[in-house]
Amino acid sequence: MLGLLCGASLIDGKAYTIFAESMGRSGFARGTLAPEKGMTAKVPELREAPLLTMADMAGHMDHGGMDHGNMDHDDMGGMNHKDMNSHDMAGMDHSDMKSDDMAGMDHSDMGGNAKMDHSAMGHGSMGQGEGETLPEDPFYAKGSGLMPTASNGGKFLSYADLKAQNPLYEDREPTREIELRLTGNMERYEWSINGTKYEDADPIVLQYGERVRFKFVNETMMTHPMHLHGMWSILDVGEGKWNPLKHVISVAPATTVYMETEVDAPGEWAFHCHLSYHAASGMFRKIVVEGGPDSAVAEGKQSGNQGGES
Amino acid sequence: MNRLAVSMCGLSLAVAALANPAVAQEDPAKKTQTAKTFWGVSAEKFEYRYSDSDEELAVIEGDAYYGTDELKFRWLFEGEWEEAHNAWETLENQFVAQTPVDDFWDAKAGVRIDTPEGPDRVYGVLGLTGLAPYWFEVDTNLYVSDEGDASVDFEAEYELLVTNFWIMSASFESLVAFSEDRAIGVGKGLNSTEVGLRLSYDLLDRSFAPYVGVVHERKYGDTADLARDSGGSTEDWFAVLGARMMF
Repeated sequence: MLGLLCGASLIDGKAYTIFAESMGRSGFARGTLAPEKGMTAKVPELREAPLLTMADMAGHMDHGGMDHGNMDHDDMGGMNHKDMNSHDMAGMDHSDMKSDDMAGMDHSDMGGNAKMDHSAMGHGSMGQGEGETLPEDPFYAKGSGLMPTASNGGKFLSYADLKAQNPLYEDREPTREIELRLTGNMERYEWSINGTKYEDADPIVLQYGERVRFKFVNETMMTHPMHLHGMWSILDVGEGKWNPLKHVISVAPATTVYMETEVDAPGEWAFHCHLSYHAASGMFRKIVVEGGPDSAVAEGKQSGNQGGES
Repeated sequence: MNRLAVSMCGLSLAVAALANPAVAQEDPAKKTQTAKTFWGVSAEKFEYRYSDSDEELAVIEGDAYYGTDELKFRWLFEGEWEEAHNAWETLENQFVAQTPVDDFWDAKAGVRIDTPEGPDRVYGVLGLTGLAPYWFEVDTNLYVSDEGDASVDFEAEYELLVTNFWIMSASFESLVAFSEDRAIGVGKGLNSTEVGLRLSYDLLDRSFAPYVGVVHERKYGDTADLARDSGGSTEDWFAVLGARMMF
């Protein structure tokens, strides 16, 4: 990927900095894309750390318009998140929205869902002047203070923009859904899943060959990067078979995020929040994959070609 | 024959364990991955006080705990060393068990042993400690002494983060007794209040924060009369200099 960019895009002969800030701005990672060894480009200053808002407080505060986090993606099966949020749509008015691009969206169904309002889906910013309101993103609570902005004032990229280039799996109906509420108490430094810490929890048992849909409901005020070992996390961005494969899925405060897993790696796997303290204090589950070819247990563990790294 | 059956049984268990070791054994990850017990030592106050009547005091308030999220054992220490008398004016040790009763509240139960200059007392303690709305740290306890006297104390503290390092903390303490215990200078009703304002700076992370501040102490009613009779003061202003420590 990087090699491709170097070869194809740096024909202007300049070096470019790739700059990634941590959310709390405690540090950054910097890389350089350059046509020649030794070239560097300007490294930007860290920006101000974002602040949480009421919207990031989930169930802790009572506020209208926060139901976005509970939005049921099933009702939006045909909706194209990417197009909805892409910046091609910035100037689009509501009449255009009924065009063929949106044909998959079932308006009657949406109307029947009292929890969903149009502003929560990004329509609010469409057809309005640029820069007046930030575009909505289904992976951040509406009005979230954590919503990133592009440093050059353009469009920021988020999970909603991710799309698989080469789907690894056929798209198919999941066999079942498992809800995992991400829970904790910041004052007590306690972290758990479904209110139960790892030490008190039973393993999650999956059957080899099934496709499981996980529903993450983040009830806390922190972002939890959830990492399933051994198998891919197929993040639901509403793209069907083009949904991207990920190792870690970051779940922002007060949001609900869905991912699906093709259970193709027998054995026992760790599933946890990737903030070390959260994992160590109990936001952790053991996944047991039952069944499957016996030889695959050893093979899968050794070659590691079954999906995510362990 | 029985013995053989038993060993056969053992053998088949062992085979099952080999075939599926992780299911048969206690999950070792549970011991390593989940931090089960915690400990901490802190001194909320470790200070020198200089009063408006030239009295000098050293005051220590600290605690140490060990336990799990569900149950902690805590030792709380409070001492006031008076320079003029070369003696502990206050010397309290509490040993309590503490358990969560709500999202932000813990209940405490245990004993308090007072061994200052003068008569000693032992109390049974029932307490409630936690975080009230708008971030007031509250601690309140009911004490019943070995003399049969009951009293209640109430403490509240608010920390205003001027910056992430400069912290202004306001504290309020009061003691109310339900009966008189003249031997230790306790009258019936509101005994005393202490109001403090301290400005601290977190010098080494959160573990060492020196501060300066002012403290106002006042005694009321019969308690004030008892203090006057024994030649003590009933109202004092102090300038304080100290540090908050946490390990």
